[in-house]
Amino acid sequence: MKAAAFDYVRPASVAEALELLRRHGDAAKLISGGQSLVPALNLRLLAPEILIDLGGLDLRSIAMDGGVLRIGALARHVDLLNSALVAEHAPLLALAMPHIAHPAIRNRGTIGGNLAHADPASELPAVMQALDAAIVVEGADGTRRVDARDFFTGIYETVLAADEMIVGVEIPVAEAGRRFFFHEFSRRSGDYAIVGLAAAATVAGGTASDVRLCYFAVGDKATLAEGAGAALSAGPMSVERVAAAQAALAEDLSPQDDQQGSAATRMHLARVVLARATAALFDDPALAGRTAA
Amino acid sequence: MNEHNPLTALDRPNSYIGRALPRPNLTRLLQGRGQYVSDMSLPRMAHVAFVRSPYAHARINGIDATEAKAMPGVVAVVTGKELAEVCTPWVGVLSHLKGLKSAPQHAIAVDRACWQGEAVCAVIAETRAAAEDAAERVMVDYEELEPVTDMMTALDSETPLIHPELGDNLAFERNLDVGEVDKAFAEADAVVEAEFVFGRHTGVTLEPRAVIGDWNPGEERLTVYQGTQAPHMMQNIIAKHLGLEEAQVRVVCKDVGGSFGIKVHVYPDEMAVVALSKLLRRPVKYVADRIESFNTDIHARDHRCKAKIAVKADGLITGFAIDDVTGIGPYSMYPRTSAIEANQVVNLVGGQYTNQNYRARTRVVFQNKNVTCQYRAVGHPIACSITEGLVDLAAREIGMDPAAMRRRNLIPDDAYPCAAASGLKFESLSHHASLDKLLSMMDYDGLRAEQAELRKRGIYRGIGLATFIEVTNPSAAFYGVGGARISSQDGVAIRLEATGRIIVQTSITEQGQGSEAITAQVAAHALGVPMERVRVILGDTDNTPYGGGTWASRAAGIGGEAAWQAGKALRTNILAVAASILQADADALDIVDAKVVDKGTDVERMPLEEVARIAYFRPDTLPPGFQPELMAVRHFVPREYPFAFTNGIQASWLEVDPDTGFVTLLKHWCVEDCGTIINPQLVDEQIRGGIVQGIGPALYEHCLYDERGQLTNASMADYLVPMASEMPDIEVGHVVSPTMESELGAKGAGEAGTAGAPAAVVNAVNDALAPFDVRIVEIPMTPEVILRALGKI
Ligand SMILES: Cc1cc2nc3c(=O)[nH]c(=O)nc-3n(C[C@H](O)[C@H](O)[C@H](O)COP(=O)(O)OP(=O)(O)OC[C@H]3O[C@@H](n4cnc5c(N)ncnc54)[C@H](O)[C@@H]3O)c2cc1C
Repeated sequence: MKAAAFDYVRPASVAEALELLRRHGDAAKLISGGQSLVPALNLRLLAPEILIDLGGLDLRSIAMDGGVLRIGALARHVDLLNSALVAEHAPLLALAMPHIAHPAIRNRGTIGGNLAHADPASELPAVMQALDAAIVVEGADGTRRVDARDFFTGIYETVLAADEMIVGVEIPVAEAGRRFFFHEFSRRSGDYAIVGLAAAATVAGGTASDVRLCYFAVGDKATLAEGAGAALSAGPMSVERVAAAQAALAEDLSPQDDQQGSAATRMHLARVVLARATAALFDDPALAGRTAA
Repeated sequence: MNEHNPLTALDRPNSYIGRALPRPNLTRLLQGRGQYVSDMSLPRMAHVAFVRSPYAHARINGIDATEAKAMPGVVAVVTGKELAEVCTPWVGVLSHLKGLKSAPQHAIAVDRACWQGEAVCAVIAETRAAAEDAAERVMVDYEELEPVTDMMTALDSETPLIHPELGDNLAFERNLDVGEVDKAFAEADAVVEAEFVFGRHTGVTLEPRAVIGDWNPGEERLTVYQGTQAPHMMQNIIAKHLGLEEAQVRVVCKDVGGSFGIKVHVYPDEMAVVALSKLLRRPVKYVADRIESFNTDIHARDHRCKAKIAVKADGLITGFAIDDVTGIGPYSMYPRTSAIEANQVVNLVGGQYTNQNYRARTRVVFQNKNVTCQYRAVGHPIACSITEGLVDLAAREIGMDPAAMRRRNLIPDDAYPCAAASGLKFESLSHHASLDKLLSMMDYDGLRAEQAELRKRGIYRGIGLATFIEVTNPSAAFYGVGGARISSQDGVAIRLEATGRIIVQTSITEQGQGSEAITAQVAAHALGVPMERVRVILGDTDNTPYGGGTWASRAAGIGGEAAWQAGKALRTNILAVAASILQADADALDIVDAKVVDKGTDVERMPLEEVARIAYFRPDTLPPGFQPELMAVRHFVPREYPFAFTNGIQASWLEVDPDTGFVTLLKHWCVEDCGTIINPQLVDEQIRGGIVQGIGPALYEHCLYDERGQLTNASMADYLVPMASEMPDIEVGHVVSPTMESELGAKGAGEAGTAGAPAAVVNAVNDALAPFDVRIVEIPMTPEVILRALGKI
C-alpha cells in the first residue's frame, strides 16, 4: 500500500492553482485535507502524476456577509464543528458535523474536498442541498455559483470541470421559525451512514411549509425527496400525512444494494427516519410511528 | 493463592502474585521504544511485494517478469516454481485427527492459485514502493477456473474438486454418539431445533504480520525476526522446509502488536520471505498491508450447524444433537490444521451441563476462499452459541426462566472430577458459584423488573446469559500427540547476576497480554526480590529455554508455573551459598526484599549482591567442594489432565430498536474462574478485550465473499471491527478454583471473554424481541438480519 510516485506542487494563489490545473490537465489532482485522496493513492486506485496542494491558499475563513454565511473551501471539518457562526446561522450544518468521521479526520478534512469528492454517503452534500447553499467554483473563465441541488451528478461525480476548483460555499442564514433535523443510521459512530437525512422545514400552526428532505447514502448521490416534502406540506400534520410522505419516497429515492444494506433495508430506514424527522420537527412523538408489540 | 502452596503469604514484601501491577514493559512501549519487526531495518535489507491472484481459482499458464525486472530498484522477481527449489511444500494434517487430509501447499503458488490473494510471484526491491511499482508490471497469464465457494454444496457430486487427487472436497469428518440420544429425543417433553449460522471473520491486529529473513552465508545461519507466538515451532518448520538444521535457524520475536491466534501459524508468504533471504543472501523484509492481511491472515468460524435440544417439562436437559459444516479454504493450515475448530465444537457443545446423551457430526470442507484456522477461543464461541442458544430457546418453549434453566442443568460444583458427554475431563469447575455471583452482580431480578416496565413503554431491552467452559493449559494432547513438533511444555531459566539482579529467560512469548509482567511477578515472588530487580528475556530461540510460546491460554498457567519452580530452585541455591558463607543452616534462612534474612525474625544477614559477589569473585573463600549454582532451570507441562478447563458465565443487557434493527449494548458482565489470579488487572483486561472480540462477530465483523470467491470488504472502512464508542461497560468478577496440577494453580484467561460473548449478545437480542416472537440464530446480527426476522423488510 504505497502510493505510486508523483510530483508535488504547492501554489500560493488560486490563480496559480488554476494555471497549474490547466497546464497538467488529467495528470493532476488537487489535494486539500487528503482524507479521501490519500487512501485512494495508497490503494493505487488513483495514480496522478502531480499533486497540487491547496494547503497554501487563503481559503479557510468562515464569515457572515449580509444574509449569507461564507465558508472557504479549506475550512476544515473541525473548524465548522467549533464555529459559533455555523452554530448560529447554519444549525443544520452544526448538527451534522459530529457525524462526519472521527476527530483525526475532522482535523484535516475540508469542506471543499468533501463536496468535490461527492461521496453519496457523505453528510455535507445533503446538508448543502437542504440549506439551499451555493457552491462557489472558480475556473479560467472566472467565478460561478452552482446551486447545491445541481452540483452533484453521481457517485463521486459533480459538475466541476477539469480545470475548475471549489473556493467556498455560501449558505443563506437560517430564518426565524425554520426548524432542522439531522439523523443518520450508521453501524458505528463515525462510519458513513447506511441511510441519513438532513431536513429543514418551517412549522406554523400544525402545518409544515418549505420542506427540504435531503437523503444521503440512498442512491448514487444525496437526493432531495421532493414528493415526500410536498406530501408533508400538503396540509395540517397528521399520522396519515406522514404515511403519505413515506409512500412518496418510493418515487423520490432509488436506493442501492451494497454490503451495508439492501435496497429494501435502505427504503425501510428512509421511511422510519422520515417519521422520526416529522415527530422531531413538530415536537410530537406520536408522529414517529414507533412499533409496539 | 491456594492453600496447598506453603511458600506464599500475600502480606509479606515481594508478594506479587495476586496483585494488580502495571506491566514493566509499558514505559518502553509508550515511549515508542518497542522492537516491532515492522519498524526494524537491517543493512542491505530488501523488501518484498507479492503479486497475488485476483481470482479465487485459476491456473497459472505463465509469468512474464521481463518488464518488472527492468524496473528501477528491483533486486529479483521470483516465481513459485523458482522458489520451490529452495523451499519444500507442506501438508497441514495431524495424525490424531483421523482421516484429515489436505494437499501439498507451496510458499508461492506453482501452477494454480486456490484463493483470491494467494501469492503467485514475489518481487524483491530496494524499497517496498519500488517492489509495488514493479509488481504491477508482472504479467501473469491466468486461466480462471470454477471456484467452489458455497460450503453447503462443496460436497455435492456436481461441484468441482479443488484437489482432484484427494477424491472429494471433504477435509475431515468426525462423528460422536454418546448415551441414548434417540430415546432422549423420543421421550422429551419438548424438542427445539435451530440452524445456527456463524459468519466468517478474522482477527485484526494493530501490527500486521511482519517478518525479516536474514541469511548469513558467513556462518550459514538464518536469523528470522518475526511477529510470531511460537518461535521454537517456527524454528523447526523453517529449518525443515529450507533444508537446514534447526541449529542453523534462530527465530527472534520481540514486541508483537497483537496476535489473537493470527500469528501462530505458518504463512506461505512468510516462508517465502525467509526462503528468499537464503536465495538472495541478504536480509529480506515483508510487512503485510491491510488488504493483504484481510486476504491472507487466517479467517475463522464460518460454520453452519443444525442443532437440537431435548428437555423435560421441569427443565432437565436430556439430549443435544448437532450437525455442523465448516468451510476452511483450499488447504488445511500448517501445522496446526484447520480441523481443530470443528473438532472443538464437537468436544464442547453441552459440556457445561449434566446431560450425557449427545450426538454430533462435523464436516470440514474445502472451498476457494482464504484459509481458516485457530483464532482466539477456537470453536468455543460456536459451541457456546449453539448450546446457550438452544438452552434459551428451550427455556422459552417450556416457559422457564433462563437463569433457572441453567441452575437446573449445570454440573454441580461438588461433582468434580467428572467428564462431559464428549469425554472432556473436568478437574474442578464452579458453574453454580459463578452463576450466583453473576446474578447478584447484575441484579438479575431487578433488571427483569426494569425490562418488563420498559416494555410497557415500547422500549425493548433484553438480557442474555451464556455459560461457558474454556480449554486452557493444553498438554501434549493438542498437537504433540498428532505428530507436530509443537512443544506443550515451557521452560524458565533464572539466574542471579553479580550485581544482585535477576535475569529470567522464558520460552513463553509476549504479544501485548502481559506475559513479561506475570513472569516477573512470579519470579520475584518466588525469590523474594523486588520486581524492579527482575529482567525478563523472551522471544529468542538462541536465548530462551525450549518451549511452546503463548497461545491457547497457556502462558500463565504453564510458563508461569515453570517460572515459579525455577524461582524456588534458585532461592534454594542462593540460600545454600548464603548458608555456607554465614556458616548457618540454610533452613533457618530466608530471602526477603533481596536480602538473606533469618527466617521468622527477618533480621538481615546479607544482601543478595554480597552472596553474588562472593560466589562470582571470591569463591576461594567458600568451603572446598562447595559449588554455588546461581542459575536454575525448570520446565513444566500438565500431565494428568489434557486441558485445565476454566468456566464462567456472561450476561449482556441491550436494547433493540424494532423499527431500525439497531442494537445498543448497555452493559456486559462476566464472572469467570481461571484459578489463581496472578495479576487481576491483566486478567480483567484479557476478559474485557476478549468480550469485545466476541461482540465483534456477533454484531459487526464479517468477511463478505461473493459467489466468485472475491472478498468484497477487505478494508478497515468496510470490515467493521468493534469500536470503543459502541462497547458497553464490562464488569468482571471471579471465582477461584485453582488447578492442583501446578503449585501456582493458575489456568488461562485469554480466551474466555471471546468464548461467551456472542452467545450472550444473541440471547439478549432474542430476549429483547421476545414480544415479537422472533428468533435470530445468525451472526453477525446486522440491522438487516434483525429487520428481516421482524418481517419489516
Ligand atoms: C476513516 C474515514 C472516515 C470518514 N468518514 C466520513 C464521513 O462519515 N462522512 C464524510 O462526509 N466524510 C467522511 N470521510 C471523508 C472526509 O470527510 C474527507 O475529509 C473528505 O471527504 C475529503 O476532504 P479532504 O479535504 O480530505 O479532500 P481530499 O482528500 O484532499 O480530496 C478529495 C477529492 O476532492 C478533490 N478536491 C480537493 N479539494 C478540492 C477543491 N477545493 N476543489 C475541487 N476539488 C477538490 C481532490 O482532488 C480529490 O479528488 C472519512 C474519511 C476517512 C478516512
